[in-house]
Amino acid sequence: MINDLLWPIVTLGGLAILFGIVLAYASKKFAVEADPKVEEVRFALPGANCGGCGYAGCDALADAIVKGEALVNACPVGGAELAKKVAEIMGVTADETERMVARVICGGDCDNAKEKYEYQGILDCKAAEMLAGGSKSCRFGCTGLGTCVRVCPFDAIHVVNGVAVVDDEKCTACKKCIEACPKHIIELVPISRQVRVLCKNTDKGKAVVEVCKVGCIGCQKCVKACQFDAMTFENNLTKIDYSKCTNCMVCAEVCPTKTIYADFTNRKKAFIDEEECIGCTICKKTCKFEAIEGELKQKHKVLEDKCTGCGQCAIKCPKKCIEMK
Amino acid sequence: MKLIIILLSAIFVNNFVLSRFLGICPFLGVSKKVETALGMGLAVTFVMALASVMTWLVQKVVLVPLEIAYMQTIAFILVIAGLVQFVEMVIKKTSPTLYQALGVYLPLITTNCAVLGVAILNIESNYNLVETLINGVGGALGFTLAIVLFAGVRERLETSPYPKALDGFPIALITASLLSIAFFGFSGLL
Repeated sequence: MINDLLWPIVTLGGLAILFGIVLAYASKKFAVEADPKVEEVRFALPGANCGGCGYAGCDALADAIVKGEALVNACPVGGAELAKKVAEIMGVTADETERMVARVICGGDCDNAKEKYEYQGILDCKAAEMLAGGSKSCRFGCTGLGTCVRVCPFDAIHVVNGVAVVDDEKCTACKKCIEACPKHIIELVPISRQVRVLCKNTDKGKAVVEVCKVGCIGCQKCVKACQFDAMTFENNLTKIDYSKCTNCMVCAEVCPTKTIYADFTNRKKAFIDEEECIGCTICKKTCKFEAIEGELKQKHKVLEDKCTGCGQCAIKCPKKCIEMK
Repeated sequence: MKLIIILLSAIFVNNFVLSRFLGICPFLGVSKKVETALGMGLAVTFVMALASVMTWLVQKVVLVPLEIAYMQTIAFILVIAGLVQFVEMVIKKTSPTLYQALGVYLPLITTNCAVLGVAILNIESNYNLVETLINGVGGALGFTLAIVLFAGVRERLETSPYPKALDGFPIALITASLLSIAFFGFSGLL
């Protein structure tokens, strides 16, 4: 009885140990020297294999990063934090690239834009696009049928009142919506840039007014109002150069059609720390809105109602005593 | 003469994939490209030939003398698993391209029923060592033949018109069944 049990256990156990030894020896003998960095980078990556980076998965990206084919900030999900970690492993410094988010360049929601016809087809922007460019009167605007919503792997985009809106918190800049949008109205924008021109319509002013209340009519008021040369006017349409924009929101103030959107509640104001201020008048000279007063050798003051929060004074202040709040 | 019959029988008449329906997983999984299919076929050939011999030896030298032949299945799985691990290491060292092409399917040979099937069939048919080796190699060649043929058909399918609803595995399974019917034509041969 005991033999019946013992023999199989001893035999199979013995076989297993034998194979174990052979394999252990083989793993030494046939060991492939892999770059330990690949493993480290792979460990740092999120491991969701979402493919947002354009590689087959996190393993493939880790490989590409170590080989130098991909940048350390190639993972759109991990953001700056991850880029820093990966850069550390790779022994380089990551450029402090700002997090990008997708933004839908259209303000033509159900209240602002008219409908051309009643669309009853498949609820998909690409399908609607084939029927005279969708039901929205403006042929440049968001169709609002949510093709981008369905491709978003992060639940970061939703159709609100007929126009797709991106949730900045959830957006990882994976560009899937940008590829999916048949109107090509989704763009990647640095997250800190608060001002947005919400129109893609390149028609002349009159034609724009006919189809949408918030379309860009090409009055160029914003171009004249901008103190930083950040607005360009081309093809009957205003565009912001985000590398020059300072978030002063003046363009949004002057825009007669409210095409330019800015959240004024987020507008910052300059505050001068009077104890530190030496009265050098540099901030006063820098300010393009005459929002700072004060004579030489005297403490300067910010006129709050004139300050637009562009932050140029804070950059120029030699004592670094101006804070943007 | 008997050896030739065993070889031909294993390749065509009793083809493991298309007549015995063993090893369907890699057959469907790695058959998208002829190149990888061939690689998989060669890996299986290597493993099957080795596994046939090893399991036969284990059976005759260990299991039968100790009168524990009833542990056959477990012992064989152990042998095959160990062998596959070994083969994986060798391939990783000698041919990274093949290693990458085979991907997850190489470890899958571990639990490939075709490999286990050939080992058990060898014992059941009372083959001697040489016959066992021939049967193993023949079975694996049959597997390679089937998977390469299938991959060739699937490559052509890519550019052929067929109902959209059948896209992917449905059309692959239909193709496999047609191929299987074709192989039944060999059944009266030997």
